[in-house]
Amino acid sequence: MRGLAAIVRRDLRLALRQGMDSVMVVAFFVLATMLFPFGVGPDANLLARIGAGVGWVAALLASLLALERLFQADYEDGSLELLALSPLPLEGIVLAKVGAHWLTTGLPLIVASPLIALLMNVGAEGCGALVLTLLIGTTTLSLIGAVGAALTLGARRGGVLLSLLVLPLYIPTLIFGVGTVAAVIDGFPAWANVMMLAAIAVGALALCPWAAAAALRQALE
Amino acid sequence: MSALESFLAMGGYGAFVWPSYLLSLLVLGGVLVTSRRARRRSEQALAALREQTSRIRRHAP
Amino acid sequence: MLKIVLQPDAFSRLGAKASPWLAGITAVLLTAGVFLALFVSPPDFRQSESVRIMYVHVPAAWMSLFCYTFMAAAGGAALVWRAPLAHMAAEATAPVGAAFTLLALATGSLWGKPMWGAWWVWDARLTSELILLFLYLGFIALNTAFDDPTRGARAAATLAVVGIVMVPIIKYSVDWWSTLHQPASVLRMSGPTIAAEMLVPLLIMAVGYTTFFLYVLLIRMATLLNNARIRALRQRQVRTGWEAAR
Repeated sequence: MRGLAAIVRRDLRLALRQGMDSVMVVAFFVLATMLFPFGVGPDANLLARIGAGVGWVAALLASLLALERLFQADYEDGSLELLALSPLPLEGIVLAKVGAHWLTTGLPLIVASPLIALLMNVGAEGCGALVLTLLIGTTTLSLIGAVGAALTLGARRGGVLLSLLVLPLYIPTLIFGVGTVAAVIDGFPAWANVMMLAAIAVGALALCPWAAAAALRQALE
Repeated sequence: MSALESFLAMGGYGAFVWPSYLLSLLVLGGVLVTSRRARRRSEQALAALREQTSRIRRHAP
Repeated sequence: MLKIVLQPDAFSRLGAKASPWLAGITAVLLTAGVFLALFVSPPDFRQSESVRIMYVHVPAAWMSLFCYTFMAAAGGAALVWRAPLAHMAAEATAPVGAAFTLLALATGSLWGKPMWGAWWVWDARLTSELILLFLYLGFIALNTAFDDPTRGARAAATLAVVGIVMVPIIKYSVDWWSTLHQPASVLRMSGPTIAAEMLVPLLIMAVGYTTFFLYVLLIRMATLLNNARIRALRQRQVRTGWEAAR
């Protein structure tokens, strides 16, 4: 447990020292959302109607942005091999790295999402739902993304390939995330959506570290 | 309208029924032809390589 | 049986023996199926003659799912037992499954135009099929993305196993999403009470598509086996060349 905490601390420190990852992800998130009013027009009602969906899609793409780097640096400088040789289970190491990755890229998105809700005229209730669903959903995105990042480690055109692999798997999270926000805005009970979102997150938490660790072992062989 | 014409017209849906059958034929036929061609090529390449190695072995002292 | 699964040469012999039979059965089934579908089966009372698209559309959609399941099972077996033949089965299945998926999408679109009045509708089944196509493309792309073919095969097999866990979740979520956003589609079969005159050609076509898949699978696996043998021979050549040069 202490070893895993050390990995999280190390990754956080590295991310803070390089510093730009979180800023870039948030900047992309806001920028991508900002394009929509230019694309569909500044009509406030229309923006309010599509706002939650746009925010979710932009968050999904932004979280994809930093994913390639999840294991890349450690793979290239050999420290991933050292980590794999350590007595810690590789699944735990994956989980620690995903945790650190989520803290540096997922959490900033959630912090920035009220700004998106404001820009898109979503309203207070929708804003709360957006924050809550992103909180549950981005963990799933990071976990599924870790599998993709591990699978494409060392591949040609890894970045594009990663998006091709991971985006279809993101669809259920997107559907239930946006579904929750839409239900809250329209005044319907949203519990079924939230429960599904949480169920997917729990399932991803249970299965993705195994798959990612298996893929990492293949990459290190 | 003759029997053939009415058959081809498919009750007004001919423009949708026939392309879907034609497309199925083209796609599945294409899969079959490319697969068989790839197998023939691999067989030829393997035979040539085997021939070559056995010749080398024969010439070797 | 285990010998055939594990030994490439035994598999090659079995494949050479089985493939003429499979080719013949496929030809008979597909000819009979198309004949029954076009000439014998009755027009639907609501969809009229356009229902004949069903006989090429529905089997393709079934095969797209069957091939993915088969691919994931082969990939899982390959990972567990490190069996090269199972890797080859998964690799050989992917393009064929993608072709079936593409076919299901195209014929679905051709069926949808007269029924819905649009080439594409975000109907739950069409949408799931589109996502499935991308899962196939991801498998194919990952398989060929590495310089080391073994690594590519194992990464792709892992992806197929992850994918098969996700497929029911994706299917369920798309169904849920679709019922939220639009009324039930026009294109609805009346469940198991479909008339026998329609069911028989449909089943014949489905079995014919399956034997077609098995026939093409044998051809493609033979190709992959040949390529593996070529690679092994070349490596041996390089090694003996080195020794001779010394």
